[in-house]
Amino acid sequence: MLRVRITRKTRQSASGQLRIVLEKCAFDLKPGETCALLGPSGCGKTTLLRIIAGLDCDFDGQLERPAGSRIGMVFQDPRLLPWRTVWQNLRLVGISQESDITDIAAALGLSRHLNHFPGELSLGLARRVAIARAFAVKPDLLLLDEPFVSLDPALAIRLQEELLALVHKRKAATLFVTHSIDEAVSVANRVIVLSAAPGTLIADQTVEELCGGVLHARVHRAKEAVSALLGNASTSHNGADLSL
Amino acid sequence: MKKSTLKAGLSWFQTRTNPRWLRLPFLLLLLILWQVGSPTAPVGALPSPFAVLSVIVSEMRSGALLSNLAITFGRVIASFGLAMSLGTLLGVAMGRNKTIDRLFDPLLIVLLNLPALVVIVLAYIWIGLNDTAAITAVALNKLPNTAVTLREGSRALDKDLDEMALVFHLPTQKKLRDIVIPQLAPYFAAAARSGLSLAWKIVLIVELLGRSNGVGFEIGIAFQLFDIARLLAYALPFIGFMLAIEAFIVQPFENHIFRWRSGRHA
Repeated sequence: MLRVRITRKTRQSASGQLRIVLEKCAFDLKPGETCALLGPSGCGKTTLLRIIAGLDCDFDGQLERPAGSRIGMVFQDPRLLPWRTVWQNLRLVGISQESDITDIAAALGLSRHLNHFPGELSLGLARRVAIARAFAVKPDLLLLDEPFVSLDPALAIRLQEELLALVHKRKAATLFVTHSIDEAVSVANRVIVLSAAPGTLIADQTVEELCGGVLHARVHRAKEAVSALLGNASTSHNGADLSL
Repeated sequence: MKKSTLKAGLSWFQTRTNPRWLRLPFLLLLLILWQVGSPTAPVGALPSPFAVLSVIVSEMRSGALLSNLAITFGRVIASFGLAMSLGTLLGVAMGRNKTIDRLFDPLLIVLLNLPALVVIVLAYIWIGLNDTAAITAVALNKLPNTAVTLREGSRALDKDLDEMALVFHLPTQKKLRDIVIPQLAPYFAAAARSGLSLAWKIVLIVELLGRSNGVGFEIGIAFQLFDIARLLAYALPFIGFMLAIEAFIVQPFENHIFRWRSGRHA
């Protein structure tokens, strides 16, 4: 289980001023849970993800990951190696068997592109490769930073479905940053909301809790509930802009 | 109309000709100019291509040309290899570590500004009139350029890919082979290309000053005898040899490692 207890994360600006980025963020994430991380722009969502990934260790607090747990991460930009083919990019990080990687690539519609270089792919395809790469490590913890941003809606929905299928198959604990309430409610079974900067955890609820257990109205009511939470988040911090 | 015909002709030539043969027309033109200009030059100053060719053939038959070419080529490769390996190590270390950069930066500046002739003479005085001194002198002349180029390459390494490697726990060997070396390859290729030409030019001076064999030594003899045909007979095959290495080894290698750049998504 992932255990996050961040009391404070500061960052020094170019002028030398210390700025608090995150404050009082505490939550756990169990295997198989899919959690969306929502909040206004600049509230520290990506910073939180980077801390969990081990890319930023300069913070006050504690972070516990099970020993030997494997992390799969999808960055905002695909971060593929342009000089390696799609197949080589997947094999590079993959501890999976070749057949498993072939299956993952097939599930994400990449079979025809395995011999292509990333420069030959569209952004949507490159993002799929990044998702496939995250699964190729057989992750126990899956971190996704706005994986569907700037994709056309139809492709985003298809990728969300493919991602969900892979997450359920793998039973990985999944935390994904998003600006889209639709995306959060349709993909995740739990939602964490951060306030405007400095990012403080103001809500941590399952989608069931948010919609009161009424399944047929689940999506609609959950969206309303999250919107209300985000509205509170912006007004409680001097009316900071919410660009969702 | 004429312009479009010329354009179409050039395009036809480009599409149907191996790119490496596109250099031939220029070389052919140079040869024609040489042949035409030879009789107009003062006596002995510019022997005709045929006169030079006859000296080449005679030196080949005696075995002197091939043996001197091989000796010079051996020195070029040894000094080039030494300069590239040490320069790469130093450059990468300086690019990745600020302390190493500050420690070795003055040395690089000194070596960059030290005239090649001073290094060569000092190497012969300190080490002796031998191949070790010759190769060391050439390598020391090339090393700072390689180090500076690779330092820039090392500073430009993509931090995003470093982070990706960290998150996915890539082993050092994989990180080097798949992430670091491909990023340094363009810088290495640039340093190698300029290094090869610089190395052979300095090797000739080193041979002229302190060796008793090699193309440089033979050119020195030709200079003393004012024998331009002999001078060109030794210089031209070596230039041709280096051009062939560039066209048939360096460029195909570059094309292979940069093949991923050819296909871009529109």
